Amino acid sequence: MKVVHPLEKYIRPGFLSTTSCAGCGNGIIAQSVLRAIDELKIKMDDFVFVSGIGCAAWIPSPFFNADVLHTTHGRPIAFATGVKLGNPKLKVMIISGDGDLVAIGGNHFIHAARRNLDLTVVCANNGIYGMTGGQVAPTTPLGLETTTTPYGNLERPFDLCRLAQAAGAVYVARWTTYHARKLTQSVKKAIQKKGFSFIEVISQCPVHFGRRTGAGDAVTMMKGYRQRSIDIGKVMKRGEQELKGKIVVGEFVDRKDPELCEEIAKMNQRLRWKRR
Amino acid sequence: MSRRLLSGLHFMQGNVACAEGAIAAGCTFFAGYPITPANEIARRMARRLPEVGGTYVQMEDEIGSIAAVIGASWTGTKVMTATSGPGISLMLENIGYAIATETPCVIVNVQRGAPSTGTPSLPLQGDVLQARRGSHGEYEVIALAPSSPQEMYDLSIEAFNLAERFRTPVFLLADALVGHMREAVLIPDPNRINIVKREIPTSGMKFGEYKSCLDEDVAPMPIFGHGFKSHVTASTHDSFGKRNVTDPEALDYYIRCLNNKIRKHKEEIVLVDSEVEGSEVVLISYGSTYRVVREVQKRLREEKIEVGSFRLISIWPFPQEQIKDLARKVKTIIVLENNLGQLVPYVEAATEGKAEVVFLCPRLLGTLHNPDPIVKKIKKVMP
Repeated sequence: MKVVHPLEKYIRPGFLSTTSCAGCGNGIIAQSVLRAIDELKIKMDDFVFVSGIGCAAWIPSPFFNADVLHTTHGRPIAFATGVKLGNPKLKVMIISGDGDLVAIGGNHFIHAARRNLDLTVVCANNGIYGMTGGQVAPTTPLGLETTTTPYGNLERPFDLCRLAQAAGAVYVARWTTYHARKLTQSVKKAIQKKGFSFIEVISQCPVHFGRRTGAGDAVTMMKGYRQRSIDIGKVMKRGEQELKGKIVVGEFVDRKDPELCEEIAKMNQRLRWKRR
Repeated sequence: MSRRLLSGLHFMQGNVACAEGAIAAGCTFFAGYPITPANEIARRMARRLPEVGGTYVQMEDEIGSIAAVIGASWTGTKVMTATSGPGISLMLENIGYAIATETPCVIVNVQRGAPSTGTPSLPLQGDVLQARRGSHGEYEVIALAPSSPQEMYDLSIEAFNLAERFRTPVFLLADALVGHMREAVLIPDPNRINIVKREIPTSGMKFGEYKSCLDEDVAPMPIFGHGFKSHVTASTHDSFGKRNVTDPEALDYYIRCLNNKIRKHKEEIVLVDSEVEGSEVVLISYGSTYRVVREVQKRLREEKIEVGSFRLISIWPFPQEQIKDLARKVKTIIVLENNLGQLVPYVEAATEGKAEVVFLCPRLLGTLHNPDPIVKKIKKVMP
């Protein structure tokens, strides 16, 4: 009997070999996204997936069997802004990496959150530039030795969830690839949320992060995620010293705010009324 | 009078006429970022687009503007952005993306003076070669140069038609002079305006079953939301949209096809305005500089001297054949452009030595050329 993966129906026919390295977190993220869509019973044809440049951009492109826009480095959120405003009926999801979304693309990221356009952003955060060979990223932990910080990283990393929250995102969550089920639930929530939603997934790059920085192989790295994760609900009770080296996971933001497409529709309605 | 088409005679600024042309052409999406001297286009679009069911968005920068415009184009809408030199410099990477993914869009460059910040409010024609070669890699591009507010309207429509026909970005290379000038602009009745719409695949077509790109005769565009399961990438790909960055043959086909799509159809694209009958001396110009040619012709006519005019309405693709023919008919070609001679080498190459090419280099004062030295020069070279 031929065994077919339950999610294979979502994969573009003929594209079954992955471009990711063995042990990469991309597969878990791809599964969580597709499982969320499967559980919500939304048609893939209702989606447009937008990605940029970097390993995580290859999660939807070309593999997801839907409309996929693989853009230039750093710009997927800006491209997605045009897609969503061009046809507000489409569900638009951006899947890309930390370098793409918050280094070169940081400005588009905060402004899309400010606009509260109905976009879902899934950011695979591996804390390093994987595709180009392990260079330091704005998410690399302080002190870490990478190929371009051979004497240790002197720059503090971004807290992406706090950044998204401050910029006005209406749904913000962080999980690691260890938390595949919770991640799936968050993706479901984010897809259904009207407005800018952001999910950060701490993800292992065993090749350029694990091997070069001594963090170990994929399994070791994921075990580390389990040990170091602390739920956001428990954070308040702990002191700053206790949180050192921890990964705060959970939902940071879940609230309602006027969404841009709906506001545009209201404005157009108002104009039509005025014209009469 | 419909809201989309303000048919009638108007006293209108060039930038405003450009926006009205876009709306007449069916543009329903504009993304931009404030910049002098292009602001009036965005301002007009912000007011007008909601009236015709369109959407205006001000992005965080010009990189985001062109990105949003490309994204919106893939939903099947007609799209435009407008900026000036510094904005174009920021957009160039994504303009290359639009060329590579064959995305129709209209990019207005209301040119201002000098490299970098320069003088924002004064017109020059310094970005002519930037439009041609600014983004990396080898590509062909279409650029039109309006010489009046009326042409800001007419060529805005033509730019959309070419973008839709050839699935490619089209530049409207204006400058602060025609952008800020106010003149009579006639907006025709709807039945007198030719509107072209892009082809899309037959419904039910699936990825891999048909050519969705890289066709020298322009593949239908599998826009989003129609179940085409498009894969849009600017990485090297084949005619079915499948990425292939390992095969050098695929690379050669990719570059060649994108270039040939424009080269093969030059006859359909190239627009020149040629009045050279019986003239030994011909002035070549484009955009606002054509206005000096008309003044020079007028002055010389008073002295019973006839000089011809050959005006490039489309600058790119370059009208090589037309200038080659021209060189066989005339003795001297005088090139006028409001820069230090960006098109002169192209003109010289096209003439193949059959006519003398003279460049009258202007002072870059952000005004039109002084007609006096041109008149003097013509008298000198007259047989």
